[in-house]
Amino acid sequence: MTNLSDFTPNEMMTIAAARALSNDDVCFVGIGAPSAACNVARLTHAPDITLIYESGTIGTAPDVLPLSIGDGVLCETAVTTVSVPEMFRYWLQGGRISIGFLGAAQLDRFGNINTTVIGDYHKPQVRLPGGGGAPEIATSCQEVFITLKQTTRGMVDKIDFYTSLGHGEGGNHRQRLGITTKGPTLLITDLAIWKPDPETKEFTVVSMHRGVTRDRMQDTCGWKVRFSERLEETPPPSELELTTLRELQARTEKAHGGKKGS
Amino acid sequence: MAKFQSLKEAVAENLRDGDAVAFEGFTHLIPHAAAHEVIRQGRKDLTLIRMTPDIIYDQLIGMGLARKVIFSYAGNPGVGLLRRMRDAIENNWPRAIETEEHSHAAMANAYEAGAAGLPCAVFRGYRGAGLKDVNPMIKSVTCPFTGEELAAVPAHRPDVAFIHAQKANRRGDVLVEGIVGVQKEAVLASKRSVVTVEEIVEDFDDLHPNLCVLPHWTVTSIAHVPGGAHPSYTHGYYDRDNAAYMEWDKISADRDLFTAWMRENVLDAGPEVFAARVKGL
Repeated sequence: MTNLSDFTPNEMMTIAAARALSNDDVCFVGIGAPSAACNVARLTHAPDITLIYESGTIGTAPDVLPLSIGDGVLCETAVTTVSVPEMFRYWLQGGRISIGFLGAAQLDRFGNINTTVIGDYHKPQVRLPGGGGAPEIATSCQEVFITLKQTTRGMVDKIDFYTSLGHGEGGNHRQRLGITTKGPTLLITDLAIWKPDPETKEFTVVSMHRGVTRDRMQDTCGWKVRFSERLEETPPPSELELTTLRELQARTEKAHGGKKGS
Repeated sequence: MAKFQSLKEAVAENLRDGDAVAFEGFTHLIPHAAAHEVIRQGRKDLTLIRMTPDIIYDQLIGMGLARKVIFSYAGNPGVGLLRRMRDAIENNWPRAIETEEHSHAAMANAYEAGAAGLPCAVFRGYRGAGLKDVNPMIKSVTCPFTGEELAAVPAHRPDVAFIHAQKANRRGDVLVEGIVGVQKEAVLASKRSVVTVEEIVEDFDDLHPNLCVLPHWTVTSIAHVPGGAHPSYTHGYYDRDNAAYMEWDKISADRDLFTAWMRENVLDAGPEVFAARVKGL
Protein backbone atom coordinates (compact mmCIF):
# COMPACT_ATOMS: atom_id res chain seq x y z
CA MET A 1 0.00 0.00 0.00
CA THR A 2 1.46 3.33 -1.03
CA ASN A 3 1.50 5.94 1.69
CA LEU A 4 0.79 9.13 -0.23
CA SER A 5 1.44 11.60 2.55
CA ASP A 6 4.88 10.15 3.19
CA PHE A 7 7.02 10.81 0.12
CA THR A 8 10.65 11.87 0.18
CA PRO A 9 12.07 15.05 -1.42
CA ASN A 10 13.97 12.81 -3.85
CA GLU A 11 10.77 11.08 -4.92
CA MET A 12 9.12 14.46 -5.41
CA MET A 13 12.07 15.58 -7.53
CA THR A 14 11.93 12.53 -9.78
CA ILE A 15 8.17 12.75 -10.19
CA ALA A 16 8.16 16.50 -10.87
CA ALA A 17 10.81 15.91 -13.53
CA ALA A 18 8.84 13.05 -15.04
CA ARG A 19 5.78 15.29 -15.39
CA ALA A 20 7.73 17.72 -17.56
CA LEU A 21 8.18 15.07 -20.26
CA SER A 22 5.60 14.24 -22.91
CA ASN A 23 4.80 11.44 -25.34
CA ASP A 24 6.23 13.34 -28.30
CA ASP A 25 9.61 13.97 -26.72
CA VAL A 26 12.82 12.44 -27.93
CA CYS A 27 14.94 12.54 -24.82
CA PHE A 28 18.70 12.12 -24.46
CA VAL A 29 19.02 10.62 -21.01
CA GLY A 30 22.02 11.47 -18.84
CA ILE A 31 23.30 9.23 -16.08
CA GLY A 32 21.96 9.81 -12.56
CA ALA A 33 18.58 11.20 -11.51
CA PRO A 34 17.45 11.95 -15.11
CA SER A 35 17.19 8.25 -15.94
CA ALA A 36 14.69 7.56 -13.15
CA ALA A 37 12.52 10.54 -14.15
CA CYS A 38 12.47 9.58 -17.83
CA ASN A 39 11.43 6.03 -17.06
CA VAL A 40 8.71 7.09 -14.62
CA ALA A 41 7.32 9.32 -17.39
CA ARG A 42 7.39 6.37 -19.79
CA LEU A 43 5.64 4.10 -17.28
CA THR A 44 2.90 6.64 -16.46
CA HIS A 45 1.66 9.43 -18.74
CA ALA A 46 4.13 9.20 -21.64
CA PRO A 47 4.27 5.56 -22.81
CA ASP A 48 5.43 6.54 -26.30
CA ILE A 49 8.30 8.83 -25.25
CA THR A 50 11.55 8.01 -27.05
CA LEU A 51 14.44 7.52 -24.64
CA ILE A 52 17.96 7.59 -26.01
CA TYR A 53 21.10 6.72 -24.06
CA GLU A 54 24.49 7.78 -25.38
CA SER A 55 25.64 4.17 -25.67
CA GLY A 56 23.65 4.13 -28.92
CA THR A 57 20.34 2.69 -27.75
CA ILE A 58 17.37 4.44 -29.38
CA GLY A 59 13.80 4.04 -28.15
CA THR A 60 14.74 1.95 -25.16
CA ALA A 61 12.25 0.71 -22.55
CA PRO A 62 14.16 -0.88 -19.67
CA ASP A 63 12.26 -2.84 -17.05
CA VAL A 64 14.79 -1.78 -14.40
CA LEU A 65 16.96 1.33 -14.19
CA PRO A 66 20.36 0.73 -15.73
CA LEU A 67 23.41 1.05 -13.47
CA SER A 68 25.43 2.36 -16.40
CA ILE A 69 24.44 4.05 -19.65
CA GLY A 70 25.38 0.87 -21.51
CA ASP A 71 23.61 -1.91 -19.59
CA GLY A 72 22.39 -4.83 -21.71
CA VAL A 73 18.73 -4.16 -20.87
CA LEU A 74 18.92 -0.87 -22.81
CA CYS A 75 19.99 -2.64 -25.99
CA GLU A 76 17.59 -5.56 -25.56
CA THR A 77 14.55 -3.28 -25.27
CA ALA A 78 15.60 -0.64 -27.85
CA VAL A 79 14.03 -0.04 -31.25
CA THR A 80 17.56 0.02 -32.64
CA THR A 81 21.12 0.30 -31.38
CA VAL A 82 23.63 2.37 -33.32
CA SER A 83 27.36 2.95 -32.94
CA VAL A 84 28.59 5.74 -30.67
CA PRO A 85 29.94 7.87 -33.55
CA GLU A 86 26.58 7.58 -35.30
CA MET A 87 24.77 8.52 -32.08
CA PHE A 88 26.73 11.73 -31.69
CA ARG A 89 26.88 12.67 -35.38
CA TYR A 90 23.50 11.81 -36.88
CA TRP A 91 21.18 11.83 -33.91
CA LEU A 92 22.53 14.44 -31.49
CA GLN A 93 24.41 16.80 -33.83
CA GLY A 94 21.78 16.17 -36.52
CA GLY A 95 19.20 17.88 -34.31
CA ARG A 96 16.95 14.87 -33.75
CA ILE A 97 16.75 15.22 -29.97
CA SER A 98 14.14 17.47 -28.36
CA ILE A 99 15.27 17.29 -24.73
CA GLY A 100 18.64 16.66 -23.15
CA PHE A 101 18.35 15.68 -19.52
CA LEU A 102 21.41 16.42 -17.39
CA GLY A 103 22.53 16.12 -13.79
CA ALA A 104 25.25 18.33 -12.29
CA ALA A 105 27.95 18.37 -9.62
CA GLN A 106 28.02 22.19 -9.65
CA LEU A 107 25.41 24.46 -11.19
CA ASP A 108 25.14 28.24 -11.41
CA ARG A 109 22.09 30.51 -11.70
CA PHE A 110 22.30 30.50 -15.51
CA GLY A 111 22.29 26.70 -15.85
CA ASN A 112 25.98 26.35 -16.60
CA ILE A 113 27.21 22.97 -15.35
CA ASN A 114 30.48 21.67 -13.93
CA THR A 115 31.16 17.93 -13.69
CA THR A 116 34.90 18.20 -14.44
CA VAL A 117 36.96 19.48 -11.48
CA ILE A 118 36.66 21.19 -8.14
CA GLY A 119 39.44 23.78 -7.93
CA ASP A 120 41.85 24.70 -10.71
CA TYR A 121 41.71 22.49 -13.81
CA HIS A 122 45.46 21.88 -13.90
CA LYS A 123 45.81 21.38 -10.14
CA PRO A 124 42.43 20.07 -9.08
CA GLN A 125 41.34 19.60 -5.48
CA VAL A 126 38.95 16.94 -6.73
CA ARG A 127 39.08 15.39 -10.17
CA LEU A 128 35.46 14.58 -11.14
CA PRO A 129 34.58 12.18 -13.99
CA GLY A 130 34.26 14.92 -16.63
CA GLY A 131 31.71 15.86 -19.24
CA GLY A 132 31.14 12.73 -21.32
CA GLY A 133 28.42 13.68 -23.75
CA ALA A 134 27.30 16.83 -21.91
CA PRO A 135 29.17 19.60 -23.80
CA GLU A 136 27.32 18.74 -27.02
CA ILE A 137 24.07 17.63 -25.38
CA ALA A 138 23.85 21.13 -23.86
CA THR A 139 24.02 22.87 -27.23
CA SER A 140 22.59 20.35 -29.75
CA CYS A 141 19.35 19.30 -28.02
CA GLN A 142 16.41 21.65 -28.65
CA GLU A 143 16.19 22.30 -24.92
CA VAL A 144 17.79 21.07 -21.71
CA PHE A 145 16.28 19.98 -18.40
CA ILE A 146 18.51 19.82 -15.33
CA THR A 147 17.88 17.94 -12.15
CA LEU A 148 19.87 17.90 -8.89
CA LYS A 149 19.47 18.00 -5.12
CA GLN A 150 19.77 21.46 -3.62
CA THR A 151 22.92 22.09 -1.57
CA THR A 152 25.14 25.14 -1.22
CA ARG A 153 27.98 22.93 -2.46
CA GLY A 154 26.13 22.07 -5.67
CA MET A 155 24.29 25.32 -6.42
CA VAL A 156 27.07 27.87 -6.40
CA ASP A 157 27.59 31.52 -7.24
CA LYS A 158 30.44 30.63 -9.57
CA ILE A 159 31.24 27.19 -10.96
CA ASP A 160 34.89 26.08 -11.04
CA PHE A 161 34.76 24.84 -14.64
CA TYR A 162 32.37 25.26 -17.58
CA THR A 163 31.84 21.62 -18.54
CA SER A 164 28.70 22.47 -20.46
CA LEU A 165 27.10 25.75 -21.41
CA GLY A 166 23.76 26.86 -20.02
CA HIS A 167 22.93 30.51 -20.62
CA GLY A 168 26.56 31.57 -20.13
CA GLU A 169 26.58 35.04 -18.62
CA GLY A 170 22.82 35.27 -19.10
CA GLY A 171 20.70 37.32 -21.48
CA ASN A 172 21.33 36.45 -25.12
CA HIS A 173 24.77 34.94 -24.54
CA ARG A 174 23.87 31.73 -26.38
CA GLN A 175 22.76 33.62 -29.47
CA ARG A 176 25.95 35.65 -29.39
CA LEU A 177 27.87 32.38 -29.58
CA GLY A 178 25.84 31.38 -32.64
CA ILE A 179 23.81 28.75 -30.81
CA THR A 180 20.20 28.40 -31.94
CA THR A 181 18.92 25.86 -29.39
CA LYS A 182 17.11 27.03 -26.25
CA GLY A 183 19.47 25.70 -23.57
CA PRO A 184 18.23 25.05 -20.03
CA THR A 185 14.47 25.67 -19.79
CA LEU A 186 13.78 23.81 -16.57
CA LEU A 187 15.54 23.01 -13.30
CA ILE A 188 13.93 20.46 -11.04
CA THR A 189 15.34 20.01 -7.55
CA ASP A 190 14.24 18.09 -4.48
CA LEU A 191 12.67 21.33 -3.19
CA ALA A 192 11.32 23.25 -6.18
CA ILE A 193 10.84 23.82 -9.88
CA TRP A 194 12.81 26.67 -11.47
CA LYS A 195 12.55 28.32 -14.88
CA PRO A 196 14.84 30.89 -16.50
CA ASP A 197 13.68 34.51 -16.52
CA PRO A 198 12.71 35.33 -20.13
CA GLU A 199 15.09 38.29 -20.25
CA THR A 200 18.00 37.69 -17.88
CA LYS A 201 17.87 33.85 -18.17
CA GLU A 202 18.53 33.58 -14.43
CA PHE A 203 16.74 30.63 -12.85
CA THR A 204 13.66 31.76 -10.93
CA VAL A 205 11.62 29.60 -8.57
CA VAL A 206 8.16 29.04 -10.07
CA SER A 207 6.90 26.26 -7.83
CA MET A 208 7.96 24.97 -4.41
CA HIS A 209 7.25 21.41 -3.33
CA ARG A 210 4.86 20.93 -0.42
CA GLY A 211 6.24 22.02 2.95
CA VAL A 212 9.25 23.89 1.53
CA THR A 213 9.83 27.44 2.81
CA ARG A 214 11.56 30.40 1.16
CA ASP A 215 14.19 30.29 3.89
CA ARG A 216 14.98 26.68 3.15
CA MET A 217 15.29 27.52 -0.54
CA GLN A 218 17.88 30.18 0.27
CA ASP A 219 19.71 28.05 2.86
CA THR A 220 20.35 25.34 0.26
CA CYS A 221 21.41 27.59 -2.59
CA GLY A 222 24.67 29.48 -3.06
CA TRP A 223 23.22 32.40 -5.00
CA LYS A 224 20.49 34.86 -4.02
CA VAL A 225 17.27 33.06 -4.87
CA ARG A 226 14.67 34.87 -6.97
CA PHE A 227 11.04 33.85 -6.69
CA SER A 228 8.35 34.24 -9.32
CA GLU A 229 5.54 36.67 -8.54
CA ARG A 230 3.16 33.83 -9.27
CA LEU A 231 4.77 31.25 -7.04
CA GLU A 232 2.90 27.94 -6.97
CA GLU A 233 2.97 24.77 -4.90
CA THR A 234 3.99 21.62 -6.77
CA PRO A 235 1.13 19.10 -6.65
CA PRO A 236 2.24 16.13 -4.50
CA PRO A 237 2.81 12.76 -6.18
CA SER A 238 -0.28 10.83 -7.21
CA GLU A 239 -0.69 7.24 -6.15
CA LEU A 240 0.15 6.04 -9.68
CA GLU A 241 3.31 8.14 -9.84
CA LEU A 242 4.58 7.11 -6.45
CA THR A 243 3.75 3.44 -6.88
CA THR A 244 5.37 3.38 -10.31
CA LEU A 245 8.57 4.97 -9.00
CA ARG A 246 8.79 2.73 -5.95
CA GLU A 247 8.15 -0.44 -7.91
CA LEU A 248 10.74 0.58 -10.49
CA GLN A 249 13.29 1.16 -7.74
CA ALA A 250 12.44 -2.13 -6.02
CA ARG A 251 12.91 -4.04 -9.30
CA THR A 252 16.15 -2.17 -9.87
CA GLU A 253 17.49 -2.90 -6.40
CA LYS A 254 16.72 -6.58 -6.81
CA ALA A 255 18.34 -6.72 -10.24
CA HIS A 256 21.54 -4.96 -9.18
CA GLY A 257 21.97 -6.74 -5.88
CA GLY A 258 21.18 -3.93 -3.51
CA LYS A 259 22.43 -0.92 -5.46
CA LYS A 260 19.93 1.53 -6.83
CA GLY A 261 20.36 2.25 -10.52
CA SER A 262 20.53 5.74 -11.86
CA MET B 1 45.45 -11.52 -42.07
CA ALA B 2 44.22 -12.48 -38.62
CA LYS B 3 46.49 -14.76 -36.68
CA PHE B 4 45.05 -17.05 -34.02
CA GLN B 5 47.35 -17.09 -31.02
CA SER B 6 47.42 -17.06 -27.24
CA LEU B 7 46.68 -13.72 -25.57
CA LYS B 8 50.22 -13.71 -24.18
CA GLU B 9 51.70 -14.01 -27.68
CA ALA B 10 49.27 -11.50 -29.15
CA VAL B 11 50.21 -8.83 -26.59
CA ALA B 12 53.93 -9.59 -26.84
CA GLU B 13 53.90 -9.30 -30.64
CA ASN B 14 51.72 -6.22 -30.98
CA LEU B 15 52.29 -3.82 -28.09
CA ARG B 16 55.56 -2.02 -27.44
CA ASP B 17 56.76 0.41 -24.79
CA GLY B 18 55.70 3.96 -25.63
CA ASP B 19 52.83 2.90 -27.92
CA ALA B 20 49.52 4.73 -28.19
CA VAL B 21 46.93 2.10 -27.40
CA ALA B 22 43.13 2.07 -27.40
CA PHE B 23 41.14 -0.41 -25.35
CA GLU B 24 37.54 0.15 -26.44
CA GLY B 25 34.12 -1.09 -25.42
CA PHE B 26 31.39 1.34 -24.34
CA THR B 27 30.36 -0.24 -21.00
CA HIS B 28 29.79 -3.43 -23.01
CA LEU B 29 32.58 -5.76 -24.27
CA ILE B 30 35.42 -4.06 -22.38
CA PRO B 31 38.64 -6.01 -23.02
CA HIS B 32 39.60 -6.68 -19.39
CA ALA B 33 41.55 -9.91 -20.01
CA ALA B 34 43.70 -8.15 -22.62
CA ALA B 35 44.43 -5.23 -20.26
CA HIS B 36 45.46 -7.68 -17.54
CA GLU B 37 47.87 -9.39 -19.93
CA VAL B 38 49.39 -6.00 -20.77
CA ILE B 39 49.85 -5.34 -17.05
CA ARG B 40 51.53 -8.74 -16.58
CA GLN B 41 53.93 -8.00 -19.41
CA GLY B 42 54.69 -4.62 -17.80
CA ARG B 43 54.66 -2.36 -20.85
CA LYS B 44 55.89 1.17 -20.09
CA ASP B 45 55.09 4.76 -21.03
CA LEU B 46 51.85 3.96 -22.84
CA THR B 47 49.48 6.60 -24.15
CA LEU B 48 46.06 5.23 -23.26
CA ILE B 49 43.16 6.25 -25.46
CA ARG B 50 39.64 5.44 -24.34
CA MET B 51 36.30 7.27 -24.28
CA THR B 52 35.34 6.01 -20.85
CA PRO B 53 38.37 4.98 -18.82
CA ASP B 54 36.88 2.75 -16.16
CA ILE B 55 38.27 -0.12 -14.10
CA ILE B 56 40.84 -1.26 -16.69
CA TYR B 57 42.41 2.17 -16.99
CA ASP B 58 42.32 2.57 -13.22
CA GLN B 59 44.35 -0.66 -13.13
CA LEU B 60 46.77 0.25 -15.93
CA ILE B 61 47.36 3.71 -14.41
CA GLY B 62 47.61 2.41 -10.85
CA MET B 63 50.25 -0.11 -11.94
CA GLY B 64 52.27 2.70 -13.50
CA LEU B 65 52.05 1.70 -17.19
CA ALA B 66 50.62 4.98 -18.45
CA ARG B 67 52.42 8.16 -19.42
CA LYS B 68 49.36 9.89 -20.85
CA VAL B 69 45.60 9.37 -20.98
CA ILE B 70 43.29 10.68 -23.72
CA PHE B 71 39.66 10.39 -22.60
CA SER B 72 36.18 11.88 -22.33
CA TYR B 73 34.64 10.44 -19.15
CA ALA B 74 36.65 9.04 -16.26
CA GLY B 75 34.25 7.39 -13.88
CA ASN B 76 33.20 4.02 -12.50
CA PRO B 77 29.82 3.84 -14.28
CA GLY B 78 26.90 4.10 -11.88
CA VAL B 79 29.26 3.96 -8.88
CA GLY B 80 31.47 7.01 -8.72
CA LEU B 81 34.98 8.24 -9.35
CA LEU B 82 38.09 6.46 -10.59
CA ARG B 83 40.28 6.47 -7.51
CA ARG B 84 43.59 5.26 -9.01
CA MET B 85 43.35 7.72 -11.89
CA ARG B 86 42.52 10.52 -9.45
CA ASP B 87 45.49 9.56 -7.27
CA ALA B 88 47.75 9.82 -10.32
CA ILE B 89 46.32 13.20 -11.37
CA GLU B 90 46.05 14.73 -7.90
CA ASN B 91 49.11 13.16 -6.19
CA ASN B 92 51.32 11.73 -8.99
CA TRP B 93 51.00 8.19 -7.58
CA PRO B 94 52.54 5.90 -8.71
CA ARG B 95 53.76 8.41 -11.31
CA ALA B 96 52.59 11.65 -12.86
CA ILE B 97 50.36 11.27 -15.91
CA GLU B 98 49.53 13.72 -18.63
CA THR B 99 45.86 14.06 -19.57
CA GLU B 100 44.18 15.15 -22.77
CA GLU B 101 40.48 15.54 -22.13
CA HIS B 102 37.70 15.68 -24.73
CA SER B 103 33.94 15.28 -24.96
CA HIS B 104 32.38 11.99 -26.11
CA ALA B 105 31.43 13.60 -29.42
CA ALA B 106 35.04 14.63 -30.02
CA MET B 107 36.45 11.19 -29.15
CA ALA B 108 33.89 9.37 -31.32
CA ASN B 109 34.55 11.75 -34.21
CA ALA B 110 38.32 11.37 -33.76
CA TYR B 111 38.09 7.58 -34.05
CA GLU B 112 35.86 7.89 -37.09
CA ALA B 113 38.32 10.29 -38.71
CA GLY B 114 41.12 7.84 -37.98
CA ALA B 115 39.16 5.02 -39.60
CA ALA B 116 38.42 7.27 -42.57
CA GLY B 117 42.09 8.10 -43.03
CA LEU B 118 41.57 11.80 -42.34
CA PRO B 119 44.02 13.94 -40.33
CA CYS B 120 41.32 15.52 -38.18
CA ALA B 121 37.66 15.37 -37.25
CA VAL B 122 35.29 18.29 -37.82
CA PHE B 123 32.05 18.60 -35.89
CA ARG B 124 29.71 21.07 -34.20
CA GLY B 125 30.98 20.92 -30.66
CA TYR B 126 32.55 22.52 -27.60
CA ARG B 127 30.51 25.69 -28.01
CA GLY B 128 30.75 27.61 -24.75
CA ALA B 129 32.55 24.68 -23.12
CA GLY B 130 35.63 25.10 -20.92
CA LEU B 131 37.65 22.20 -22.33
CA LYS B 132 38.68 24.15 -25.41
CA ASP B 133 40.43 26.65 -23.12
CA VAL B 134 42.53 23.99 -21.34
CA ASN B 135 43.15 21.45 -24.12
CA PRO B 136 45.35 22.87 -26.93
CA MET B 137 44.37 19.93 -29.17
CA ILE B 138 40.89 21.42 -29.55
CA LYS B 139 40.86 23.93 -32.38
CA SER B 140 38.33 25.32 -34.82
CA VAL B 141 37.88 25.53 -38.59
CA THR B 142 35.59 27.68 -40.67
CA CYS B 143 33.26 25.96 -43.12
CA PRO B 144 34.32 27.20 -46.59
CA PHE B 145 30.70 27.08 -47.80
CA THR B 146 28.67 28.58 -44.96
CA GLY B 147 31.23 30.35 -42.81
CA GLU B 148 30.13 28.41 -39.74
CA GLU B 149 32.85 27.88 -37.16
CA LEU B 150 33.21 24.21 -36.30
CA ALA B 151 35.35 22.32 -33.78
CA ALA B 152 38.33 20.30 -34.95
CA VAL B 153 40.36 17.66 -33.12
CA PRO B 154 43.15 15.42 -34.41
CA ALA B 155 42.16 11.97 -35.65
CA HIS B 156 42.97 9.04 -33.35
CA ARG B 157 45.61 6.83 -34.95
CA PRO B 158 46.56 4.34 -32.23
CA ASP B 159 49.43 1.91 -32.71
CA VAL B 160 47.24 -0.87 -31.35
CA ALA B 161 43.54 -1.34 -30.60
CA PHE B 162 42.33 -4.00 -28.19
CA ILE B 163 38.68 -5.08 -28.29
CA HIS B 164 36.59 -8.00 -27.05
CA ALA B 165 33.91 -9.55 -29.29
CA GLN B 166 31.34 -12.33 -29.31
CA LYS B 167 32.91 -14.59 -31.90
CA ALA B 168 35.34 -15.17 -34.69
CA ASN B 169 35.03 -17.71 -37.47
CA ARG B 170 37.85 -20.01 -38.57
CA ARG B 171 38.90 -17.53 -41.22
CA GLY B 172 39.31 -14.80 -38.60
CA ASP B 173 36.31 -12.59 -39.34
CA VAL B 174 35.02 -11.03 -36.11
CA LEU B 175 31.39 -10.39 -35.08
CA VAL B 176 30.48 -7.57 -32.65
CA GLU B 177 26.84 -7.45 -31.47
CA GLY B 178 24.71 -5.43 -29.04
CA ILE B 179 26.02 -2.05 -27.95
CA VAL B 180 28.75 -1.84 -30.59
CA GLY B 181 30.28 1.37 -29.24
CA VAL B 182 33.27 2.63 -31.14
CA GLN B 183 35.13 -0.66 -31.62
CA LYS B 184 34.87 -0.91 -35.40
CA GLU B 185 36.26 2.62 -35.76
CA ALA B 186 39.01 1.94 -33.20
CA VAL B 187 40.19 -1.18 -35.06
CA LEU B 188 40.09 0.51 -38.47
CA ALA B 189 41.90 3.59 -37.11
CA SER B 190 44.74 1.53 -35.58
CA LYS B 191 47.90 0.15 -37.15
CA ARG B 192 47.43 -3.21 -35.40
CA SER B 193 44.52 -4.82 -33.55
CA VAL B 194 44.08 -7.60 -31.05
CA VAL B 195 40.64 -9.14 -30.54
CA THR B 196 39.69 -11.48 -27.71
CA VAL B 197 36.56 -13.55 -28.39
CA GLU B 198 34.11 -15.65 -26.41
CA GLU B 199 33.96 -18.33 -29.03
CA ILE B 200 35.43 -19.49 -32.33
CA VAL B 201 32.91 -20.95 -34.78
CA GLU B 202 33.25 -22.64 -38.15
CA ASP B 203 31.65 -19.91 -40.29
CA PHE B 204 29.20 -16.96 -40.21
CA ASP B 205 26.84 -18.42 -42.84
CA ASP B 206 23.73 -18.12 -40.66
CA LEU B 207 24.19 -14.46 -39.72
CA HIS B 208 22.09 -11.51 -40.85
CA PRO B 209 23.75 -9.70 -43.76
CA ASN B 210 24.17 -6.28 -42.10
CA LEU B 211 25.75 -7.19 -38.79
CA CYS B 212 28.88 -5.50 -37.54
CA VAL B 213 31.65 -7.73 -38.83
CA LEU B 214 35.35 -6.92 -39.04
CA PRO B 215 36.77 -8.87 -41.99
CA HIS B 216 39.78 -11.06 -41.13
CA TRP B 217 42.18 -8.85 -43.08
CA THR B 218 41.45 -5.87 -40.77
CA VAL B 219 42.43 -7.80 -37.63
CA THR B 220 46.00 -8.63 -36.60
CA SER B 221 45.51 -11.16 -33.80
CA ILE B 222 42.66 -13.16 -32.32
CA ALA B 223 42.82 -14.85 -28.94
CA HIS B 224 40.13 -17.14 -27.58
CA VAL B 225 39.38 -15.88 -24.03
CA PRO B 226 35.93 -16.91 -22.74
CA GLY B 227 34.71 -14.41 -20.13
CA GLY B 228 37.38 -11.94 -21.29
CA ALA B 229 35.17 -8.88 -20.78
CA HIS B 230 34.45 -9.54 -17.08
CA PRO B 231 33.29 -7.56 -15.05
CA SER B 232 31.88 -5.89 -18.17
CA TYR B 233 29.52 -8.12 -20.14
CA THR B 234 29.13 -9.88 -23.46
CA HIS B 235 25.67 -9.59 -24.98
CA GLY B 236 24.28 -13.08 -25.50
CA TYR B 237 26.83 -14.72 -23.17
CA TYR B 238 26.81 -13.19 -19.68
CA ASP B 239 25.58 -10.10 -17.81
CA ARG B 240 27.51 -7.23 -16.30
CA ASP B 241 28.93 -8.02 -12.85
CA ASN B 242 27.59 -4.92 -11.14
CA ALA B 243 28.75 -6.16 -7.73
CA ALA B 244 32.36 -6.23 -8.98
CA TYR B 245 32.09 -2.60 -10.13
CA MET B 246 30.84 -1.60 -6.69
CA GLU B 247 33.56 -3.64 -4.98
CA TRP B 248 36.19 -1.88 -7.11
CA ASP B 249 35.25 1.36 -5.39
CA LYS B 250 36.57 -0.09 -2.12
CA ILE B 251 39.59 -1.91 -3.56
CA SER B 252 40.76 1.14 -5.46
CA ALA B 253 40.30 3.49 -2.50
CA ASP B 254 43.50 2.25 -0.81
CA ARG B 255 46.95 1.93 -2.42
CA ASP B 256 47.95 -1.17 -0.45
CA LEU B 257 44.63 -2.91 -0.95
CA PHE B 258 44.84 -2.13 -4.67
CA THR B 259 48.41 -3.46 -4.95
CA ALA B 260 47.54 -6.67 -3.12
CA TRP B 261 44.43 -7.19 -5.24
CA MET B 262 46.39 -6.68 -8.45
CA ARG B 263 49.03 -9.20 -7.36
CA GLU B 264 46.50 -11.87 -6.51
CA ASN B 265 44.03 -11.35 -9.36
CA VAL B 266 46.19 -10.09 -12.21
CA LEU B 267 49.95 -10.62 -11.79
CA ASP B 268 49.64 -14.13 -10.37
CA ALA B 269 46.74 -15.13 -12.64
CA GLY B 270 46.27 -15.72 -16.37
CA PRO B 271 43.58 -15.27 -19.02
CA GLU B 272 42.15 -18.71 -18.24
CA VAL B 273 40.65 -17.45 -14.93
CA PHE B 274 38.08 -15.27 -16.74
CA ALA B 275 35.81 -18.16 -17.79
CA ALA B 276 35.13 -19.06 -14.15
CA ARG B 277 34.46 -15.42 -13.21
CA VAL B 278 31.42 -15.19 -15.50
CA LYS B 279 29.82 -18.48 -14.43
CA GLY B 280 26.31 -17.74 -13.16
CA LEU B 281 26.19 -14.18 -14.49
